[in-house]
Amino acid sequence: MDILQFDFMRNALVVGLLVSIACGMIGTYVVVKRIVFISGGISHTAYGGIGLGYYLGFNPMLGATAFTIAAALGMGLIQQRSRQRDDTVIGVIWAVGMALGIVMVKLSPGYAADLMSYLFGSILTVPVSDIILILLLDLLIISIVFKYFEEFKAIAFDEEFARVSGLKTEYYNLLLLVLVALTVVVMIRAVGIILVIALLTIPAAIAGEFCKGLKSMMILSVFLGIVFTTIGLYLSYLFDLPSGATIILVAAAGYFLTLLLSRQ
Amino acid sequence: MENNVKDNVMIELNQVYAELDGVTVLENVNLIVKEYDFLGIIGPNGGGKTTLLRVILGLIKPSRGTVKIMGKPVDKNRHLLGYVPQYAIFDRNFPISVKEVVMSARLAGKRGKNYSPEDHKIVADSLARVGMLGLASRQIGELSGGERQRVLVARALALKPRILLLDEPTASVDSRFAADFYELLQELNREMTLILVSHDISAVSSYVKTLACMNRTLYYENSHQLSRQMIENTYQCTVDLIAHGMPHRVLPLHDGMEGN
Repeated sequence: MDILQFDFMRNALVVGLLVSIACGMIGTYVVVKRIVFISGGISHTAYGGIGLGYYLGFNPMLGATAFTIAAALGMGLIQQRSRQRDDTVIGVIWAVGMALGIVMVKLSPGYAADLMSYLFGSILTVPVSDIILILLLDLLIISIVFKYFEEFKAIAFDEEFARVSGLKTEYYNLLLLVLVALTVVVMIRAVGIILVIALLTIPAAIAGEFCKGLKSMMILSVFLGIVFTTIGLYLSYLFDLPSGATIILVAAAGYFLTLLLSRQ
Repeated sequence: MENNVKDNVMIELNQVYAELDGVTVLENVNLIVKEYDFLGIIGPNGGGKTTLLRVILGLIKPSRGTVKIMGKPVDKNRHLLGYVPQYAIFDRNFPISVKEVVMSARLAGKRGKNYSPEDHKIVADSLARVGMLGLASRQIGELSGGERQRVLVARALALKPRILLLDEPTASVDSRFAADFYELLQELNREMTLILVSHDISAVSSYVKTLACMNRTLYYENSHQLSRQMIENTYQCTVDLIAHGMPHRVLPLHDGMEGN
């Protein structure tokens, strides 16, 4: 393919691959453990960190990392310690994170030119420094999932029994949410904060229709992620469309197709 | 039924109170369970039966009172307890096999990344014990209600418990399966202490050694016969307790009640 002669296209494909690995693995847990809402909250608080980065003049991706991890730990503790209305609290933190970001961006000197790329993604313009950050986070996510695959599976299937069996469920719950936070950071550059939750859940949801084991579900999710990002990337290049939204639409088309086929 | 109940106390609850979302669910519950007892706790839905089990398991902290498992707090002796929850709480489509479900019981004790050969043996033995070894590689969603319930028992057995707690294990299965299931429990009772919670009075009362009624507090007598007073206290109304095809009756005969 002649479009591969462009450096930015090769970089974009690499980012797509790295994103697919992280979101295929963690998205599988998000779907089977039904923590889509809290994951949405974690991803939106990233905007607060991006705003802080702009305001204080450091890489917004580092701000996003700090904010999402803090949000994951905060929301996770609230969910475990309080039994009442935790979804309301999560919704509030979600909004506060966004609002902080909007205010800080406004207060920042100059015009935030690439702000839209954090909100809606811009896989074609990811700087090399961010690709390295994404690669390191990917390696971290892969190694933690590899180490604690069984533990995460147990708390996803039956957290109460895992506790009775003597597993430190609170620790693994928080660790899993931190992995969600890191995955969100990996994905921001590709599809943007607003659309993260779609790419995190769609490949895993499709894979869940076909797979009888968690491991195969993860592998299929990663594969589907690669297919969706690559097709989305190609279509956005071909028709000059925003890459993040195109990737999501391709993924969503795959999802609805699966639903149609599996109902027959 | 052979009676091998020993005198040593496995579980002791002393004036236990517990709240859920600010509402008192357990009120002044006192309970002593001796080794190899088979205690059946019956009572209306919402009467606090599940909460009582969760308090014993340490999943809910009592607001007052003490819970001791073989003389120690739950945190110290949790490894003595096995738990069979209601199946209704699970996602049936969860991508997990029968063997993986039972394996998860060995997770907390495993060293390093992999299960030991002993873990695999314990899991195979537990599955064989409930007659599910042949279906070990099935996904849980492919099983019938009765088969799933047996898998959950196997998982609890893989913890190597000395006390097994079961929450409405026959709620979603047909009556023929239920009879087989209670026979399995009676077999297990030769090796461990059992506590079974159910709203199914007639079925439970014909298999357990000790009966208690639960409605906020526990009405409990150390005998197999339920007193009419106990049941009326529990359900707060007169209960028609007719022994349909039961091997022996639960209530003593009295005026105005026809047995069959």
